[in-house]
Amino acid sequence: MKKVVTGNHAVSFASKIARAQVVAAYPITPQTQVVERISKFVADGEMDAIFIKVESEHSALAAAIGASAAGARAFTATSSQGLALMHEMMHWCSYARCPVVIANINRALGPPWSIWTEQNDSLAQRDTGWIQYYCESNQDVLDSIIQAFKVSERVLVPSMVVLDSFFLSHTSEPVDFPDQDKVDEFLPPYKGEWVIDPDNPHTFGGLTGPDKYYELHYMLQQAHKDAEQVMDEVHKEYEKLFGRKYGRIEPFMADDAEVLLVVSGTPASTAKQAVIDARDEGFALGSVKIRVFRPFPRELVKEVCRGKKAVAVVDRNYSFGNQGIFFTEVRDAIYDLEPRVPVYSYITGLGGRDITAEDLVNIGKAAEKKECDNPTWWGVKL
Amino acid sequence: MSKEIEIRGVKDMPPMAVSLGLMTVNKTGSWRNMRPVLIAEKCTACSICWKFCPDMCINIEGDLPVFDYDYCKGCGVCAHECPTGAIVMEEEMR
Repeated sequence: MKKVVTGNHAVSFASKIARAQVVAAYPITPQTQVVERISKFVADGEMDAIFIKVESEHSALAAAIGASAAGARAFTATSSQGLALMHEMMHWCSYARCPVVIANINRALGPPWSIWTEQNDSLAQRDTGWIQYYCESNQDVLDSIIQAFKVSERVLVPSMVVLDSFFLSHTSEPVDFPDQDKVDEFLPPYKGEWVIDPDNPHTFGGLTGPDKYYELHYMLQQAHKDAEQVMDEVHKEYEKLFGRKYGRIEPFMADDAEVLLVVSGTPASTAKQAVIDARDEGFALGSVKIRVFRPFPRELVKEVCRGKKAVAVVDRNYSFGNQGIFFTEVRDAIYDLEPRVPVYSYITGLGGRDITAEDLVNIGKAAEKKECDNPTWWGVKL
Repeated sequence: MSKEIEIRGVKDMPPMAVSLGLMTVNKTGSWRNMRPVLIAEKCTACSICWKFCPDMCINIEGDLPVFDYDYCKGCGVCAHECPTGAIVMEEEMR
């Protein structure tokens, strides 16, 4: 059944369809509607979950971790400053191997106060050990959350599903809602092997010396490696059940492209228009969306970039003192391609500034002519 | 009684930091630098030390406190709180 919903409500519905059992959340613009709708579902008896009102995002994730450690399917949602406040618990959640799922609405951090989209909030959590999905549409949001629970519970690594502030969070789009029966088949109840059980007491997360801590991190990395294969299986199963195809990366007219745009989030959909426009002019542009940022799909990125005349990475984020964050990851992944593929960094759209199809065509043309300062701050007013 | 579980590598380990057995093998009293010692003649059997011990390491046997040196960390709270000075902290000699 199709419904017209905002990205925020796609998140709320996804948590309901996925049968999240505990939701602990604190409202923050632009995520507030997510929490409002979930609390209404629970209050109206439409969702069999415990909704915990908490005093901060730090507590929200702490409560979700506690629920997950006790064997419940736990969910929360936040944005920007709220995610930053969760940071300590982000590490705890992944190191404790709690398969919590978070929806994070990408919003620029202050000061100055901003409520518009930028990826630095989620990318600042890059090294916390979480899986990260970046969504292009509200359908992508709903499907990614359902898939994320399955992947997380299989590999015991928490997932963050990321959507752009306003461009998705407050924009209504038609979204196909999968049947509950089919989702239940796809996503059976979570049965954790290592959960808190008063009849079988264990100490969780107790002081652990250098003789074992190292091995625990090795296992978390192995779980990320396993997640790649699990995701590929999950995508196949999802397509079979629901008819929608997903990948860890999603190329668009990339095979015969000479110049490739690398994009994430809503600019991935703008990039498709840019590719069509460029092809009309006879310019062989293609694009690839990085949908899963962690685990980083190194081999897939390498293959899609092979033989290209130029690769232009479009970053709506910045690692101050270095480069765009997707750029450094992409260049690292394709570093040893033979022959070498030149890769260029374009910074765009910070603080929610528009990234138009025209911008993206021109970025492609600039990359083709090797016009880039690595990075180029596209459209910065000097 | 619990015994030490040998863990040689990841094959022996659960995926997260979770204890596999009872923690009774882990005698945390080994962290102690100062040990509480009772001067029985001064003790009035008031049990204030028992109330204040933050690690539940004082048991009252008969009327008098007995320290559980397997777990006492030597914080000295008992000696500080004792109204008659019946507990003194002595350097741990090992």
